[in-house]
Amino acid sequence: MEKKAEHNIKAYGNNFTTMTPGPLAIKLRTCKIWQFIRFIIINIKMLIVVRKSH
Amino acid sequence: MARLVVLGGGVSGHTAATFAAKWLGSSHEVVVVTPNSKWNWIPSNIWVGVGQMGKEDVTFDLAPVYAKAGINYKQAKAVSINPEGNERSDKPFVTIEYTLAGREGEVENIEYDYLINATGPKLNFGATPGLGDANGLGEFTVSVCTADHAVHANEEFQKCIQKMKKGERQKFLIGTGHGLCTCQGAAFEYIFNIEHELNKAGVRDMADLKWISNESFLGDFGVGGLHMKSMGFAVSSKIFAESLFTERNVDWIIGAHVNKVEKGKVHYELLDGSMNEEEFDFSMLIPPFAGVGLKAYAKDGSDITATLFAPNGFLKVDANYAAGAYENWKASDWPKTYQNPTYGNIFACGIAFAPPHPISKPMSSPNGTPINPTPPRTGMPSGIIGKAVAHSICDRILKGESSPLHEASMANMGAACVASAGKGLFDGTAAAMTIYPVVPDFEKYPGTGRDTDYTFGEIGLAGHWIKHILHHLFIWKAKLKTGWTMIPE
Ligand SMILES: Cc1cc2nc3c(=O)[nH]c(=O)nc-3n(C[C@H](O)[C@H](O)[C@H](O)COP(=O)(O)OP(=O)(O)OC[C@H]3O[C@@H](n4cnc5c(N)ncnc54)[C@H](O)[C@@H]3O)c2cc1C
Repeated sequence: MEKKAEHNIKAYGNNFTTMTPGPLAIKLRTCKIWQFIRFIIINIKMLIVVRKSH
Repeated sequence: MARLVVLGGGVSGHTAATFAAKWLGSSHEVVVVTPNSKWNWIPSNIWVGVGQMGKEDVTFDLAPVYAKAGINYKQAKAVSINPEGNERSDKPFVTIEYTLAGREGEVENIEYDYLINATGPKLNFGATPGLGDANGLGEFTVSVCTADHAVHANEEFQKCIQKMKKGERQKFLIGTGHGLCTCQGAAFEYIFNIEHELNKAGVRDMADLKWISNESFLGDFGVGGLHMKSMGFAVSSKIFAESLFTERNVDWIIGAHVNKVEKGKVHYELLDGSMNEEEFDFSMLIPPFAGVGLKAYAKDGSDITATLFAPNGFLKVDANYAAGAYENWKASDWPKTYQNPTYGNIFACGIAFAPPHPISKPMSSPNGTPINPTPPRTGMPSGIIGKAVAHSICDRILKGESSPLHEASMANMGAACVASAGKGLFDGTAAAMTIYPVVPDFEKYPGTGRDTDYTFGEIGLAGHWIKHILHHLFIWKAKLKTGWTMIPE
């Protein structure tokens, strides 16, 4: 069985109350098509903040 | 002919000097005093520190760039400022000491009409016993703050990988080396780049990774954390940071003041007052920052350093330094023009200006030890402030002494930050974030202090692509290649 991110949680340890991504969320992070779309969206969002700041 | 002297040719000073030279043309003079022969794109030192880039990829020679820009370049470090001149002349001047090969130690006075202090931070390794001393980095830990440090860090890192390949377990401890550090973002990038490289080398299961920092919660980053819109919620950076640390199996210690470093061990005090120890095989701890220690003298030679500089060595500007307790802090405490209140022809930009107070809430242990991040001044604000200051000075030179000054308050300015979590064209990731404004304004944006329409973050390959493109874009801009003025700070 592939190790899931949630398997790193230690009961009542530092990370017991956090959220962890599931396999789909992790896969999407390096999915080229999805990330190409995100690339365009993030660039637009960043350019808006850059414009607002100058 | 007016002369503008810029002290420091880093991110902020280089931006100020190059724009000033362009706007002033050849009828006025721009002088840059900076001790290094090379410019360094510091954010990419992270990749040098894990062997994914070489020193030559993140640095270039300054001399040809300044020659092209018509800037008078002095490879030297500033030592002192005489803002009223001396007994022989009323003309203000700076005293510099050459670091240029062949002229080392030679001293010169340079007169100025306008002065910009962009000397950035002194890496104050000496503040923590064992982390280093007055000469810099010590022998027990590594650093990625300069390109040379990062080259050394990678050499040590590769040794650890070899040990793990031979079956020896290694413990990595990354974070901040003092209770009053800033720049947690750099340590954050380094720990996840290390984790990424260990995976690539097939030795991740032989490594224990631990974060240690002075933040009171994970994801504070010296800006009191930030709330980002996600899935219809305004979510704290604490949740995202803890999630990433858990996913990548990195444990953490927070609220820590590292008070001593020994071979293979740090001693630290926590916000609850307890004293603890943590062992390591490899450790990168960011040092606290201070001003570079410039002195200032009045016309009669008396020491006026305290008039010009705050006790931490940063230059006083138009900030409200009397805000007092956290409850009284306002966004308007933050400087707008970066003009020194005593000497109107002296300005500061980037890390060199004295902030009015931290951004994160100040905290201390029951023993009275202050443990809280000091305010970061990252690349984008440093560049924007440098350009605004250059604009103000050029207007005063070209249009007259009464020209209004340009403003660039960090309380009205956003920042785009891309924090690498591993390098790779198709398997790299980075957290791409924007924060608006950098300094929270709780009157304008009740609750979170920030505009959540313009404060966002997400992690993925797209962030890595952006980080890599920015690496080339900013080096292109700093080399003043075609279209450099079109690339925003
Ligand atoms: C490892 C690391 C990673 C980082 N990553 C990011 C990132 O991803 N994104 C981001 O936005 N920011 C990042 N930062 C922060 C960023 O590097 C700083 O915000 C930026 O460099 C500040 O610019 P500055 O001009 O004030 O200082 P610097 O760039 O440090 O420049 C100061 C200059 O002054 C010179 N100097 C020093 N003493 C003297 C003297 N006595 N006389 C004359 N000159 C002097 C120095 O040699 C230097 O050239 C990172 C920082 C570090 C350490």
